[in-house]
Parts: sequence; structure tokens; C-alpha cells
Amino acid sequence: MNESKVLQELQRALPTGRLITEPAAMRPYETDGLTAIREMPWAVALPGTEDEVREVLAVCLEHEVPVVPRGAGTGLSGGARPVQGGLVLGLSKLNQILEVDVDNCTARVQPGVRNLAISEAVAEHGLYYAPDPSSQLACSIGGNVAENSGGVHCLKYGLTVHNVIGLKVRTIEGDVLELGGKGLDYPGYDLLALLCGSEGMLGVVTEVTVRLLPEAPQKVVLLAAFSTLESAAGAVSRIIGEGVTPAGLELMDQLTLRAAEDFAGAGYPKDAAAILLCELDGDATEARALQRYAVRLFEEEGAYDVQQAESAEQRERLWAGRKAAFPAVGRIAPDYYCMDGTIPRASLVEVLRGISELSERYGLVVGNVFHAGDGNLHPLILYDANQEGQIELAEGLGREILELCVGVGGTVTGEHGVGVEKLTPMCAQFNAAELAQFERVKEAFDPARLMNPGKAIPTLTRCAEYGGMHVHGGELPFPNLDRF
Amino acid sequence: MAGDRAAQLVDAVRSAAADEQPLRLLGAGSKVPAAEAGHALQVDENRGVVDYQPEELVLTARGGTPLAEIQALLHQSRQQLPFEPPMIGGRGTLGGAVATGWSGPGRPWRGAVRDAVLGVEMINGLGERLTFGGQVMKNVAGYDLSRLQVGAWGSLGILLSISVRVTPEAHAERTCQLECAAAEALSRMRAWARAHSPITATCFEGGVLSARLSGMAESVAAAAERIGGEQVPDSTLWRDLRDRALPVFASQDGDGQRLWQIHCAPAAELPPDACLVEWSGARRWWRTDARVEDVRAYAEQAGGVALPAGAAPRFDSPHMARLKRAFDPQGLFNPHLNDAHPPQ
Repeated sequence: MNESKVLQELQRALPTGRLITEPAAMRPYETDGLTAIREMPWAVALPGTEDEVREVLAVCLEHEVPVVPRGAGTGLSGGARPVQGGLVLGLSKLNQILEVDVDNCTARVQPGVRNLAISEAVAEHGLYYAPDPSSQLACSIGGNVAENSGGVHCLKYGLTVHNVIGLKVRTIEGDVLELGGKGLDYPGYDLLALLCGSEGMLGVVTEVTVRLLPEAPQKVVLLAAFSTLESAAGAVSRIIGEGVTPAGLELMDQLTLRAAEDFAGAGYPKDAAAILLCELDGDATEARALQRYAVRLFEEEGAYDVQQAESAEQRERLWAGRKAAFPAVGRIAPDYYCMDGTIPRASLVEVLRGISELSERYGLVVGNVFHAGDGNLHPLILYDANQEGQIELAEGLGREILELCVGVGGTVTGEHGVGVEKLTPMCAQFNAAELAQFERVKEAFDPARLMNPGKAIPTLTRCAEYGGMHVHGGELPFPNLDRF
Repeated sequence: MAGDRAAQLVDAVRSAAADEQPLRLLGAGSKVPAAEAGHALQVDENRGVVDYQPEELVLTARGGTPLAEIQALLHQSRQQLPFEPPMIGGRGTLGGAVATGWSGPGRPWRGAVRDAVLGVEMINGLGERLTFGGQVMKNVAGYDLSRLQVGAWGSLGILLSISVRVTPEAHAERTCQLECAAAEALSRMRAWARAHSPITATCFEGGVLSARLSGMAESVAAAAERIGGEQVPDSTLWRDLRDRALPVFASQDGDGQRLWQIHCAPAAELPPDACLVEWSGARRWWRTDARVEDVRAYAEQAGGVALPAGAAPRFDSPHMARLKRAFDPQGLFNPHLNDAHPPQ
């Protein structure tokens, strides 16, 4: 590749100052939220219009430059980590809210619009955008689509895929895909669902239409304290099973709740083995009925203390501890590694026990705070990167935790994505034929394999080296491939 | 295991691939008429519930499992399929419900078929058995190839088994009915959509606006008071609407009249003559003798699309054709749905 020629062409496609090649200026783009993994980009492009996106992609296709799309860079799996010799396509300048349609309860926005900015823009109409990843202050809607982000309230209101109803996507070959719209169902393959969570490997999202929901007039947050982890887990299964779908249902174990209490002073009972935070919402009658029902149910399941927060101020205080959980745990040790497995709810106790055994074996402390209602675990592995070998230990422990999740019928990532972080655990979840099917799907959109290469889908070689390749029925789909 | 025909279906696909013989996939035949071309492959003998643990709110069943059997099983634990798939003539299979992607009256509130699908096991056009997704609610490992099967009409593969999210039945349910004109009905539906309430379905037809309320008994009663009109405790309307058993669906096309299904922006103006409106306005059933071009133009300016009721869509955009090849390079499955493989 004639680098200076390519840079000149990119420069022509972009306004002054929107192509960054100075190492010092590119430093913020070295990594996303998974800061342990870094790579200096070859260049960073910051297009401000869809046309500029198209032209940048055309230059990259012609000269075979890999493209790494990037939203706000808050992702936790390295999905936006630069690749060697590749261009980072930052979409933060595409940040306009194009249309708010109150009658149809939709908003059409550019990918760089921050998640929370959508809800702020429509609040005056009593509407909001439901998915609320913990990074919602900073993360962008385009990044949410790439990762199919969830959040505390997705238990009742769904993930990104359930709340995005339209997408405009530009492929590297220059095609525009207009998917969905303001209606609910459109005929044809559900490319919209396919694009959600595709980690920027199929195309660049240039417009997103989201559905907006009416803000619930009444919200209540309950804190239920349990003296055993088992009874807390039992209460989770029961409340979900009885049709009282909470807006959010979070579980914190003793280590995490104590750290959070020391940090935030939320009023958590520090003697509890586990606490549940349960948010219920609805119109006034519905919320109150749910509240009575849930309090009785928690007490029946062995909660020894149930706090009920009805005012906005009380609710904030209870949530403050949960929201501070990660930084609070971060104070106990110099570094922590946040995992993201999902398991069937019935396996909660078994998996938590397994994690505690692994924690002892590795000699690293693990805190647990998670979206209990949908079985999405976030074990926090505490370590010290300055001590030799601890990063590797933490990663090994993390991998075993994910294998534990797959072993009980779960998945290696509930909401953070595979990125570069979970490529190896993917080998435990998918066999060679399945990985090959993923590859063919990618080819349908990106035959040149330039979009975010090396992310999300591990190569067969990597899986063979790892040794985790499944064999279905004693038959390898690619018998002529070497196994290492 | 009884009902497990996966091995036979794999054999059938491999033979079809070897003979270059396209296959028309057939389930219970409730939604798709018998094949007029291609070699028919009956897939509904592969049936049976594989796994159901009520406390997990997840059910896994083979594609040919009758919906009626699934609903009866779920009802024993006071649970239901959230997407309310049509059971036309009381028939239909889980695989057929997923393949067509037809959602029932609660779609805007309880989600579409694709929203409930958590994972599939399938056979692709290479005769490989593949598993995507799983049995858990949140899963972003790899591309979402299980949701991609919803509404694909079997053109990407045979659905061997499907895991779906199920939901508890409501503690209480009732229906409110008001007499009003069409425009007023639509504006009421839109007002309801903008406020929190226990509404889980709406329908307007023949001068009557109906709303289904589901939730805790107290809030259903309070909302019914607010909405007013006549209260019907156990309305059969929603089942008949779901199963397309209302008179509007029954009358045959003829006299130049045709029944259209229109998906559009929910607040968009109604068509000039009477139609059935559901999903808060987002789906409309319009029986009309208007010209095809006029119906399509109406749908387009309403931000949507018009399909003849019950018709299969076509998967003919360039990227859909490429996806088809990614799963089924020889074009074995239901090739009549893809332009690249026109009907023989």
C-alpha cells in the first residue's frame, strides 16, 4: 500500500482536521473500555456526514485498508480496539437527532448520538428510550447497536434489538441498506436483528430509528436482604416466575455490597449474605399492587429485611450503591477484570459456588454483582497488574468462569460482546461448522473482510490451538484442516 | 427418542444436495398451501417438547411440535407464548410460527416472534446441524443467526428445535369495548400508546374499538374504569383475531376484492375505506378492490409495506440473495422465495 497516496485520498474525503495521523492525537483511540488491550491505529477518520462515511469506506476498499468502526469507545470487550495498519472510523461527529416523531413514538438519530441524549431530548413528551447500559451517559447509540447493549432495565423493556426499529447501514462496498422503519414488522430476512450485536463487522450504521416508551408515572425500589445466597437466588426465580416482571432486578453478594456501602453509603445491610434490588413500575395502581405482591413474596422467600423506596430521592440512594459497585470494588484492589456470562437462573447457586471455588484455587478475590432477573453475571476478578503473572492468572480465572457458564447451558457474553476479549471462549461455545457459517454470513456483507477484522468470531486455527473445538457425532466438518 | 427425526432430515437434505433436488418444506399446512412445485419434505414429524422448566420461563421444542400441544403444556403452569402465534383452524407448529414470523395481537406490548426466540438448532443447505443462540435471555456471542430464521420461511434451513422465552399468564384480564368512528379509534389507540397502562392489545373493526387489559387485578379494574365503554370479562375476540378467524379474514378474495396486510407507521392516516386496525395502528387489514399500485402507494406514504394477506414475502434484495447462498449455496430450501431461483 502506498501510504501517503491513501492518506491523501482520505484527506480529500474529509474536512480539515478530521483525519488524524499524529501518534499523540491518536492515543485516545488506542483502546476502548477494555483498557488492558491497546494498539496504535494507523490513522483515525472522523466523518461528519454520511457522504464522508461513504467516501472513506470507498478509499479503504480500494486500498484494502481494514476499518474499525468506533462509537464512544466505552465498550468492554475490545470491539473498537484498532487493528494493525487499520483505520479507526470514529462516528462521534455524526451526532444529530434527525427527527422526533411524537405521534408514532419514534426518534431517528445519527449513530454518534449518546444513549442518554435521546431520552433527554424526548423527556418533555413523557417518553424515553429504554435500554440503559451503565455507560449511557457516554456511550453512543451506534455502539449500542453494534453490541446489542442491555442495561439494568432490559429485564422488562428489552435489549437494543427489541427497541431499535429501523437502521440505515452502509456496507464497505458502498451499498445502503434501509432496514425497518416506523412500523413494527417488515417482510424479508430480519437483517435488523442480524446487524444488532454484529460488532461493526458487517457494515457501518449511519442512522438509527428507535421506539420510544412512555415514562412510568410510578416507580418503587425495594431492597431485600437475605442471610444466604441460596434464598436470594430462590427469590429471583420466584418473582420472575409469578409474572411480577420487575423493571430491574439486581443481586449483589456480600463482598460487593460491603464495598459499595463503604463507598456510597446507600444504607445497605452489611451483614447480609446477599441483597436484591428490585425496581417495580407502572401506573400508580399497578406499581402499588406489584409492590405489595413483591414484598410479601420476598418475605416468604426468607428476606429478613425489606426496605421500600418510593420517593425519587430514596430510590436514587438505593441505586447509588449498585451504580458505584464497580468503582467501589476497584478500591479494594488495584485492578479488576469484569466478566459477562449469562446462565439459566436455576443454575445461579451452582455457578456462584463454582466461582467461589475457582476464586480460592486461583487465589484471587471475586465479587459478584449482576442482572439477576435475566441471569447475566458480572463477576469482578480482583488482581494487581503490577505483580508479575497476576494478569494471566485473572484471565485464566475469567476463562474458567465462562466455561462454567457454557457448561450449565449459558453463554460467554450476555451484553458486553466478544470483541477481542472472548475470542477463545467462543471456541467452547461453537463448533467448526457453526464458526464457518458465521464466516459465510460475514462474507455476504463484507467479502473483502475489511470490516473490523479479527473480532467477534475466532478463526478455526485459533480454536484448534485452544483445543476447545467441539466435535459433533465424532465427525469434524473440515476433516482436511490441520489440528494443532 | 420419540419424535426426533433430525437424523432422517439430515439424510434427506444430503440426498437432495447430491441429487440437486430442491425441497419444499411443509409443516402442518395451516399457513402454506400444499406444494405446487419442487419435492415436498414433510418436517412436522420431527416433534416433541425437548425441555421445559417453568421457573426458567424457557421452552425448547422440535420444529414440528403442534402449537396447541405447547399451549396446553404452558397453561398447566399458567404460562403462555408471549407472541401469540396464529393457529389457523386450530393448527400450526412451532417451526411454522417461527418460520413465518407471524405475531399475534399483543405484538407491540409483548414482543414479536423474533423477540421471544432465544436459540435454534437447524440444518443448513450443506446438511450440517448447527446451533445458534441458547436458552438464556441475553446472549451476544456471535451473529444473531437464530433471530435471522424468524420470518425466513424456511429458506435458510430446516428448524430442528427452537428455544423460546415464555411469560406468565396475567393475574387478571378483561376487555373494554367502545363504539366510535375509525379516526377516533386510531387517535385513542395512539393516546393509549403514549401513557403507561395495562393495555396488551387493541383492535378496531366495524365501529367497535376494543382494548385488552392484562396485569394485577387492581390495576386492570382501575384502567377499565378510565377507558370506559362496555366491559367483557372473557372475550373471544383476541383468540379469533390471533387465529385469523374473524369474518374479515374468512371471506374469499373475489369480485376484484382482495385482503391486504399493511405494516406502517402506527399514527399514519387510515385507508379511505373500512379496515381492521390492530397493534395501536401499526398493522391494518384492508379488504379493497383498489388497484395493486394504489394499495402499495398508500402503504408507502404511510411509511410501510402492503402484502396480500397470508402471502410469503420474497427475499430478493442483493444482500438477502447473498445470505441465502451463505446458508444454502445450492438453493435447496424453498427456492421459489428467492428471485435467484425462480419457480420451476
